Amino acid sequence: METPSYDQKVILLFSYGRYILTFLAATELTGGYGSTNIIEDISLSVERGQIAVIVGPNGAGKSTAMKAIFGMITLRSGQICFKDKDISRLPPQKRVANGMAFVPQTRNIFPALTIAENLSMGAYLRKDNITAAVQQIYELFPILGERQNQLAGELSGGQRQQVALGRALMTSPELLMLDEPTAGVSPVVMDEVMERIMEIAGTGVAVMMVEQNARHALQIADIGYVLVQGRNRFTGSGPDLLANREVRTSFLGG
Amino acid sequence: MELLNAAIVLANFIVVPALSYGSQLALGALGVTLIYSVFRFADFAHGDTMSIATMMAIFVTWWLQAQGVGIAPLPIGLLAIPVAAVGTGILLLVIDRLVYRHYRRARAPLITFVIVSVGVMLMLNGLTRFIIGPGEQRFADGARFIISASEFKQLTGLREGLAIKTTQVITFATAWAFMAFLFWFLKFTRTGTAIRAFSDNEELALLSGISPKRVVTICWLLVALSATIAGTLYGLDKVYKPFNYFQLLLPIFAAAVVGGMGSPTGAVLGGYLIAFSEIAITYAYKRVAGYLLPESWQPEGLLQLLFTDYKFAVSFGILVVVLIFRPTGLIRGHPG
Amino acid sequence: MSKRESLYFVACIGLIFIVGLMQSWNVALALVNFGLVSAILALGVNIQWGYGGLFNAGIMGFVAVGGLAVVVTSAPPVITAWEAGAARIFLALAVAITTIAGAVLLWRYLNKGWLRTVAIVFWLLSGTFLFRWLFDPAVGAIETIDAARTGFLGGLGMPVLFAWPLGGLLAAVLALAIGKVALGLRSDYLAIATLAIAEVIVAVLKNEEWLTRGVKNISGLPRPVPYEINLQQAEWFQKIALITGLDLAEASSIAVKLCYTALLLVVLFVVFVLCERSLNAPWGRMMRSIRDNERAAAAMGKDVNGRQLQIFILGSAVCGIAGAILTTLDGQFTPASYQPLRFTFLIWVMVIVGGSGNNWGAVLGGLLIWFFWIQAEPMGYMAIEFLTSQMDFESPLRAHLVESAAHTRFLMMGLFLLLVMRFRPTGLIPER
Repeated sequence: METPSYDQKVILLFSYGRYILTFLAATELTGGYGSTNIIEDISLSVERGQIAVIVGPNGAGKSTAMKAIFGMITLRSGQICFKDKDISRLPPQKRVANGMAFVPQTRNIFPALTIAENLSMGAYLRKDNITAAVQQIYELFPILGERQNQLAGELSGGQRQQVALGRALMTSPELLMLDEPTAGVSPVVMDEVMERIMEIAGTGVAVMMVEQNARHALQIADIGYVLVQGRNRFTGSGPDLLANREVRTSFLGG
Repeated sequence: MELLNAAIVLANFIVVPALSYGSQLALGALGVTLIYSVFRFADFAHGDTMSIATMMAIFVTWWLQAQGVGIAPLPIGLLAIPVAAVGTGILLLVIDRLVYRHYRRARAPLITFVIVSVGVMLMLNGLTRFIIGPGEQRFADGARFIISASEFKQLTGLREGLAIKTTQVITFATAWAFMAFLFWFLKFTRTGTAIRAFSDNEELALLSGISPKRVVTICWLLVALSATIAGTLYGLDKVYKPFNYFQLLLPIFAAAVVGGMGSPTGAVLGGYLIAFSEIAITYAYKRVAGYLLPESWQPEGLLQLLFTDYKFAVSFGILVVVLIFRPTGLIRGHPG
Repeated sequence: MSKRESLYFVACIGLIFIVGLMQSWNVALALVNFGLVSAILALGVNIQWGYGGLFNAGIMGFVAVGGLAVVVTSAPPVITAWEAGAARIFLALAVAITTIAGAVLLWRYLNKGWLRTVAIVFWLLSGTFLFRWLFDPAVGAIETIDAARTGFLGGLGMPVLFAWPLGGLLAAVLALAIGKVALGLRSDYLAIATLAIAEVIVAVLKNEEWLTRGVKNISGLPRPVPYEINLQQAEWFQKIALITGLDLAEASSIAVKLCYTALLLVVLFVVFVLCERSLNAPWGRMMRSIRDNERAAAAMGKDVNGRQLQIFILGSAVCGIAGAILTTLDGQFTPASYQPLRFTFLIWVMVIVGGSGNNWGAVLGGLLIWFFWIQAEPMGYMAIEFLTSQMDFESPLRAHLVESAAHTRFLMMGLFLLLVMRFRPTGLIPER
């Protein structure tokens, strides 16, 4: 069955009263690099102010699914609706303009640029004065304010993650996508990053993230997706998934 | 006094020529390094880009001369630069659209770009020869010297003269004016920062909403400007001949690689380093020794490390040594 | 070979025939001969690029060294020059080699630090002074001996055919030295480095007059085939000429060219068969697997650097042989004629248009591109004549265009390269 268009959905909404407009709805995505499919028929969605967490074993296609939503790999089939517009064919920079932001797992900063320049590049599309936005980021991550003229490449792993988050937030996105935001940082920093993410979601931003620390991440998840071999395996609220025996034994290590 | 005379000899035969030649190389290397930092390939067509840009400047110069325009003591060639730069910019954008864009979209391997740039090189080379011919063109007018050797001698009463050509001063001044502009642009404007960001991490630049189209366009325009200035200044200072410009490609590559591919500061540094080494290593120091050493110590030979014919070989030698021992260059450019 | 691919060769032969009929058979045969040398050169480059994926932009250097081999082998020795300074020159060269080798050893066996740097600089400087002390007077002595006619050491006075394998050998030795230092570089840096090294080689050949007479050139190098003048005087040849109905001068010149053609076909055949067999042997498959994925091949325990060096040497040796043949064909050694556009980039156009990785393709590219390279001038001339036929005969623009016709060849080569890269990147005869 084809995914209904916005108009059809509105009709569905009024006629049946049960079809819910979703903020971001990616349905039945299939695609990958070259000729092989890495993800098959994956569906993911998230609402404003929610945190969606994608977990799963290595090679399950978690990062690929995120990249697919952002238009960084070619889709063979499937549809991505954001704010009820079909954005499946837009290039990444147009998606940024539409209010999406993405923090890749690696190479997520401009190492040869200063922290301040990294942030200003995050706001590249904004026409208004960004001073206030930069101040907000410095309030959120004070260390960045202290070192604003230092090259981002000279920072420690945790500080780099903060720069990466800060750059993504500069667009004041409505949807923030994070690929393993806590990869390679110490447990203390990890807690802090998680806290910041909850803060961000608290302001009404939809957050979708891939996490290696499944247990930790599912605790703060409004909705969780377990992917296995490029397909949806389990979907449910964070607590539900944590309570599920099968999920626990297979993916959370008991 | 003797010491002063020796210093004047060195200044006249090494420092002044190397400063102007170095400025020309630096500008050329800036073009190569800009292309490298955005497109990630060594552009073999750059020498011929400079050549065709200079050709345009020559035509504009001729036209202006025919109109009776003159800005003596400065050469008209300077006025021709902006027009020629626009022409070159359009040409480069057309080439990008017809040739390079396809491979960028196909994410072709690096060596494909190099081969394709060889094709562009051949075409530009043929085009220049076809339009203006392979012969020499002199198009410098205005005053020839700021100070000639004899004037200098009269003025100072020294035995050695220091001649400074107008074109040498113009070369140096224009090159530094352009470099100042370029560095300001890259550091302090949004578009400039975007170019650096794109060069630093292309994927993240896309994720930040930086339009690759815009970066590509601006980059080619900057390349066109630098190539036109470099080519025209070289032609004014020496002589314009298409083949010489093709040959300039190697010292320019040498400068860019020695400085660190992708690093503008490195390109400038590399340009002067190559120019100074080329000239200093092939200069015969007999005359300098004549002032510095007592009569009985005078050497018989010319005191020349390498014959002048090996001038180019010096830069290639440095290039190869740097490639082998420190491929990232003096200032670490792109890891590649 | 498919039907279409054989058609390319038929078309090639057809083009040559047209030239023979319309211009002259002499021109056509010259086209064939140089086309065959180009084919050999293209085979050499194809070994490096097609099998090994190495972008060598220094083909010119190996061709020039091949040319030097002809001088060294077959030029008559200048005994007085040998007596005047040969010993000293060889001693100087030995010093140079020892200096470089010593510097490498110092670099390797001393611990890193300023002491090592000082030691190496001191060693190199003293080596240079000793070298120059030995070298300069000897060069002076040799170059003054009958400078107008000789002024160089001359060669060994051997038959010129010996020069062909020697050209390959010299090029191989050179490739070993270059490959040792440059092959680890990334592909575009390798291109820049080889381009630079080739320029240095040609600069040496241009300036070391004691060896090559430099820009004074060496002409009258011996031939492996008869001279026209001798043929013209031979009775049996006069009879043949009479039968063919050609005048004696043209017949002799054609006969000489045909002899070369036969020799070249033999060389091409041998090189081709060797190339083809090695390509299809396990060695060739391994080379291609390294080319396609260097890392995977290395992970599987293949000696990537060693293999690449091997292929670099082999390909360069073939280029050296072709270089020796070219100089033999010309009958003279002119260092200033070595231009990268003609001897490096043109060959690249041949390989890529013909089909990288396919030996048939390389041969086709060599023949075809050489044809267009030579015929671009008359073709450009005709095109311009046609285009300007409506223009005033006296018009300066027309005069300029007609004069520029010769330069259409670069334009044409660039266009071929770009069109093939874009629309048929595997070349006319793709790799199998």
